[in-house]
Amino acid sequence: MKYVVWALLAVLVVLHQDYWQWDNATLVWGFLPHTIAWHAALSIGCAVVWALAVFYCWPKDVDLVPTGPDPLPGQSKSDYAAVGSAGIETRDASGEGRS
Amino acid sequence: MTQLAVVAVYLFAVMGLGVAANRLLRSTSADYLLASHSIGPVLLLMSLFGTTMTAFALVGSTGQAFQVGAGVYALLASASGIVHPLCFFLVGVKLWGLGRRFGYTTQVQFFRDRLDSHWVGLLLFPVLVGLVIPYLLIGIKGAGDVINGVTRDTFQPWFESSGYGVPQWLASLVVCGVVLTYVFFGGMRGTAWANTFQTAVFMVLGVLTFVTVAKGLGGQESLLEDMRAASSQVEPDMIARTKIPQSVYFSFLLIPLSVAMFPHVFQHWLTARSARTFRLAIVAHPIFIMIVWLPCVLLGVWASAPKAGMEGVPPDQVLAAMVGNEASPVLAGLLTAGILAAVMSSLDSQFLCLGTMFTTDVVAHYGGKNRFSDRQIVLLARGFIVAIVAVTYVLSLISPATVFGMSVWCFSGFTGLFPVVIAAIYWRRLTALGAAAGILTTVVAWAAMFYSADFGANGRYAFPKEPIPLVGGLAIPPMLPVVTITVATALVMIAVSAVTRPPSRETLSRFFGE
Repeated sequence: MKYVVWALLAVLVVLHQDYWQWDNATLVWGFLPHTIAWHAALSIGCAVVWALAVFYCWPKDVDLVPTGPDPLPGQSKSDYAAVGSAGIETRDASGEGRS
Repeated sequence: MTQLAVVAVYLFAVMGLGVAANRLLRSTSADYLLASHSIGPVLLLMSLFGTTMTAFALVGSTGQAFQVGAGVYALLASASGIVHPLCFFLVGVKLWGLGRRFGYTTQVQFFRDRLDSHWVGLLLFPVLVGLVIPYLLIGIKGAGDVINGVTRDTFQPWFESSGYGVPQWLASLVVCGVVLTYVFFGGMRGTAWANTFQTAVFMVLGVLTFVTVAKGLGGQESLLEDMRAASSQVEPDMIARTKIPQSVYFSFLLIPLSVAMFPHVFQHWLTARSARTFRLAIVAHPIFIMIVWLPCVLLGVWASAPKAGMEGVPPDQVLAAMVGNEASPVLAGLLTAGILAAVMSSLDSQFLCLGTMFTTDVVAHYGGKNRFSDRQIVLLARGFIVAIVAVTYVLSLISPATVFGMSVWCFSGFTGLFPVVIAAIYWRRLTALGAAAGILTTVVAWAAMFYSADFGANGRYAFPKEPIPLVGGLAIPPMLPVVTITVATALVMIAVSAVTRPPSRETLSRFFGE
């Protein structure tokens, strides 16, 4: 199934390169340019193929990474080395503002 | 005047959201920068989508469709539907996992760690900041153009040179101030909230804009008849794609790859609660793009009809002018707020990201984590953000390019770096020198072609300028610069990596296993 999904993605790319209808100036339903209608349908097709991709081709190793929100301060030591707050006003647990 | 009052109320509401988020902030840097990795599927979808849809998607797409017709949807909307989720899937999910495991906050941290090299970061930091500047410029210029467009003829006898509307320089300045305020107060959590709120606002009001303008242009009994009447007035070459050169069409498929290297998107990826949080964003992104782009492009096509009365209107002001012409003042104010929502939902992430990059990749990395107090770091970050925004603001006043044109140049630079991030994730043999050579190639190729294109003013610039004949009647056609930049970067990166020493075995085993 994995190969089918990647093949479908390749088909989407080919369908996107629709040089054969370059001069098509017809209006679908009397108002929608054919080129927009074609590519809007392609957008819907993309959503379907990506739904298949996340179902059948989802990488297994990423689900092993620890998930969920970080622990609150004091509950356990943060693993994060990041410092700096991008200039954000902050508020500690007591509710007092600091920066 | 009513439009302006509605817009002002909206801007205050968004600032209030930032202050409210501040009340719920945790006192950890991971919360300020990455919302404690707590963002769920809906918020991630909305914030990622809001971040990637900027003035380019609304103001730029309408203006470009006004010039070249309906093919603009094919150029970037459907292409992004294929490529953006691909980047989320192949790059975003992987980097989220690595970021969670090793504690990254910025791209530079990842590349330094992956390549065992500090100076790769030193090279990458100014390149990323330099490429974010034109991206900011798109938003700042677009916001100013929109507010000026809808307030024209409102302030007679003042602001004559701006068509008696709020001057672009003033409108851009106010929008910068609003976004800076809620970013400084709300951090990543506030930004994610504001993004979600603003994405919902611009999607709903975007559809409302479409219906209102269609009714105004058509003047028929039903919406379907209004749309038919509006489309029937358009020239056939604006319905087909004859105004778009076939040779550059394929090149546009590469432009959305840029999303894989946007620093602010990287930061949003890391806010995800789990890898599975990405699934909704990957699947729904193409549909969301369609909901926003389809009406905008169609409005631009309709604006090109002689009866629309848009002759002589600058492309970037077409959307605002149509809203001003066809909607009541209150509705025009709301619709303008919707357009500004799209612009600001990108600016906020970019502002936040700049501060994060500076404090993490420069201040903490070179100054040491404990050298500066929290307050000093805050001041440094704010100072850096304000300095970059000030530079961008000045550039927005003199930039000769349209929003669409500047966007394509900006995205071309980020796409040029795509081979480097893909190689860093999937290719063990990538070396620090190979990555550095690739980054330098992007910089040199981008700068040379940008200069040749009169700093973006030449919207028809292609490289090569004429087809280059090959054997057997084949030829290399004129293409967007992004193709040359990306191919050259990939080739140089591979060649240099092949002849230089890869990172240590320990480093490779951390990233790829034994």
